[in-house]
Amino acid sequence: MQNIAIQMEKITKSFGALKANEDVDLTVRKGEVHALLGENGAGKSTLMNMLSGIYIPDSGSIFVEDQKVTFTSPRDSIGLGIGMIHQHFKLVDILTAKENVVMGQKAKKGSRDKDLSKEIRDLSDMYGLDIDPDKKVYRMSVGEKQTLEIIKVLYRGAHILILDEPTAVLTPQEIEKLFRIIRNMRDRGCAVVIITHKLNEVMEISDRVTVLRKGRSVATVDTTDVNVGTLIEMMVGKKVDLAIKKEKGQEAGELLTMDGVEVRDKDGKNALENISFELKGGEILGVAGVAKSGQKELCECIAGLVKTSKGRIFFQGENIVGKTPGDIINLGIRMGFIPEDRLGMGLVGSMDIVHNIVLKDYKGQPGIFLKRGPCARKAEKIVKALDIMTPDIYTPVKKLSGGNIQKVLLGREIDSDPKVLITAYPVRGLDIGASYKIYDLLNEQKQKGVGVLFIGEDLDVLMSLCDRIMVLCQGEITGIVDPDQVTKEDIGLLMTGGPLEEEVEHDKNN
Amino acid sequence: MIKITKKAALPKKQEAVIQVIAIILSLACAGIVILAMGYDPLEAYYRIVEGSVGSTMRIEQTITKAIPLIIVSMGILVAFKMKFWNIGGEGQIMMGAFGAALVALNFPDTLPAPIMILCMMAASILCGAIWAFIPAFFKARFGTNETIFTLMLNYIAIKFVTYLQFGPWKDPNSGGFPKIETFSQNAQLPDFLGTHSGWIVAILSVAFLYVYINYTKKGYEISVVGESLETARYAGMNIKAIIISAMLVSGGLCGLAGMIQISAVERTLTYSISAGYGFTAIITAWLGRLSPPIVMIVCILFAMLLQGGAYIQVAMSIPSSVADMIQGVILFFVLGSEFFMQYKISFMKRPGSKKEVA
Repeated sequence: MQNIAIQMEKITKSFGALKANEDVDLTVRKGEVHALLGENGAGKSTLMNMLSGIYIPDSGSIFVEDQKVTFTSPRDSIGLGIGMIHQHFKLVDILTAKENVVMGQKAKKGSRDKDLSKEIRDLSDMYGLDIDPDKKVYRMSVGEKQTLEIIKVLYRGAHILILDEPTAVLTPQEIEKLFRIIRNMRDRGCAVVIITHKLNEVMEISDRVTVLRKGRSVATVDTTDVNVGTLIEMMVGKKVDLAIKKEKGQEAGELLTMDGVEVRDKDGKNALENISFELKGGEILGVAGVAKSGQKELCECIAGLVKTSKGRIFFQGENIVGKTPGDIINLGIRMGFIPEDRLGMGLVGSMDIVHNIVLKDYKGQPGIFLKRGPCARKAEKIVKALDIMTPDIYTPVKKLSGGNIQKVLLGREIDSDPKVLITAYPVRGLDIGASYKIYDLLNEQKQKGVGVLFIGEDLDVLMSLCDRIMVLCQGEITGIVDPDQVTKEDIGLLMTGGPLEEEVEHDKNN
Repeated sequence: MIKITKKAALPKKQEAVIQVIAIILSLACAGIVILAMGYDPLEAYYRIVEGSVGSTMRIEQTITKAIPLIIVSMGILVAFKMKFWNIGGEGQIMMGAFGAALVALNFPDTLPAPIMILCMMAASILCGAIWAFIPAFFKARFGTNETIFTLMLNYIAIKFVTYLQFGPWKDPNSGGFPKIETFSQNAQLPDFLGTHSGWIVAILSVAFLYVYINYTKKGYEISVVGESLETARYAGMNIKAIIISAMLVSGGLCGLAGMIQISAVERTLTYSISAGYGFTAIITAWLGRLSPPIVMIVCILFAMLLQGGAYIQVAMSIPSSVADMIQGVILFFVLGSEFFMQYKISFMKRPGSKKEVA
């Protein structure tokens, strides 16, 4: 068949005892956007990594344009026109767009700088991409970086593109733009495979969907034949109630008040500026904003991990500015913090669940010896309560899946019975089942009168989960809104609402 | 084409097998060098074993070498557990020995032996700890590089003791020979069950470390700091205090080894008492995967190699530096074998059906 770009047949791949893929079939046609959908650990990334030559299947065959192929390295795959755009950009910050494009490429005979710029412009025009070849990467917004990644693979001759969760870091406006680009590529005959968790996006962008579950392909369907509900059912294997519940919280007074807080980053620039808001008991306060708008600093200054240069932070009337995390624990301030970097900050990856529970517990223990007994019991309790999939409580946490790692962290923080719970991207990288479990847990906390600060990235989730949404832009609050009163687009505007440098430049380019 | 891929974690048994293979290969490799030097490698190896455990006296010699190595390795292990690269074992041994000598030389024949020994031990632990405190303080306060810092302090300590030996502490009764006065009887560590009683200290230090690392809050903090500073901060740990206290333990143990060497073996202070133990301990601590009992076993094997190496010099007139060479080769292979534990190498053909791509 002429119009088939990729065909994968009965692909099996195991890692030790774990079968990541088993008899998976996937057919991607030319000129279609094909969504690859599945829960975490369903084998999506493994499958795509085999297509891009990073892994080699144990058995099964891959056909690219009716030709049977065996990849032994990513180079083979690129050579056949397959380009993968990873979730984490692989760009060199201090180089220009152009330099990033040619990096690692053999110089084409007689190619000159000017030709290259022209070549990139031609590519950009052809696919409706918008990029300045001479702009340095560190000056680019996330959206521009992604565009550059796309140009990079197109320049290498790719006509089959794989995008791994491309919308995770984008604003609604940027997502719209990306989708325009994807449609454009489809119309020019490219095959596009998009891995995503966001079902609304699957419905919006894809022509066909392949659903994977537990390493096996469940089905491939035309997007027009399904709805979000049926897709979830296919992914999870059972019906799931899709609506995020917004429960009524048990109202309590102000727990956390920030008053004119300012935080400087390493270079002395303001990462947070004049932050004032209050968090009440029994509410979930969402924080929206494009990546690196000061979310990390906001969480960390409350937890005492970064110093503030101005302003006051009150926890139930007590000023906690200048206190270290140790002081905060010793003062008996019950605050839970789920940091963005779970294994790098919240947990010790090489230690087992028990020893990670100990982390929050040991300071209160009397004597010089470590008491594991109570923590082991706590670990058992948390594993059972949150349904953590683990061989036992003595398994190093880094061996667990992302969702289970997050559950260990959240379980530990909730177990300490906090008054305020700060959660930074708590569902990032989690599958639907795990995400809903986390939402439920947060709602449960809210009902108990806990004040929850929820740093999120998916606006749909923020709007349906939170009681109020605070929007950050370049370290400043551009608005605190009631999600029932505004639209997604309004929030999107607030997210870029500050005096954005990029926008100014953008206008200049136009 | 050769392809390197990451492996899933191996079961412990398989890891052990790979390491044994690495050691066998390293012995084979060292054997080639010995062969090239014109000796029979099998005989050399046999003699090394014979020379280290072939008679009661040789076993005693081996143990005498193992004792300081074990204690110093325990000291290095604490620091490494925290990813604080203490290369300063030599200097800490030296300063510990200096502290003990200060006590021994100032109170000859006045204190009863047990009190004398205990005071010397205390002084050596204190001085070793101070020598380790200096880089720890700078690391904690200013983030200086501890590797260079501890290394440089070694030379200062060694030169300081050399100065004492050739200068102010030179024994006036030695007939001009640059040596420090031999300690009085009460400052000499008594023998117990064949060898000097330092072995008790060595075993106690292993037991202490084992409990300290695995069962105390301090040990837990050290492990967390070693794994992730951010997590330690998050958990409200006082990182500076942890770095300093762990290094006090590290330096104290090294210092104690210095005391044992001068009190039980040399019976006086010399500038050569550290004898490379501070460096060898880096190897043994690493090969023993920072687990106190395993490190102890590795130390005993290394002591055999040291002792056997000295023996083949006499028995076969092979230079004893062959033993050093073997040590190096073993380390090389064992560290290299870590690669094979983490990665898989497969050979495969290039795809035959590679076609032209537009």
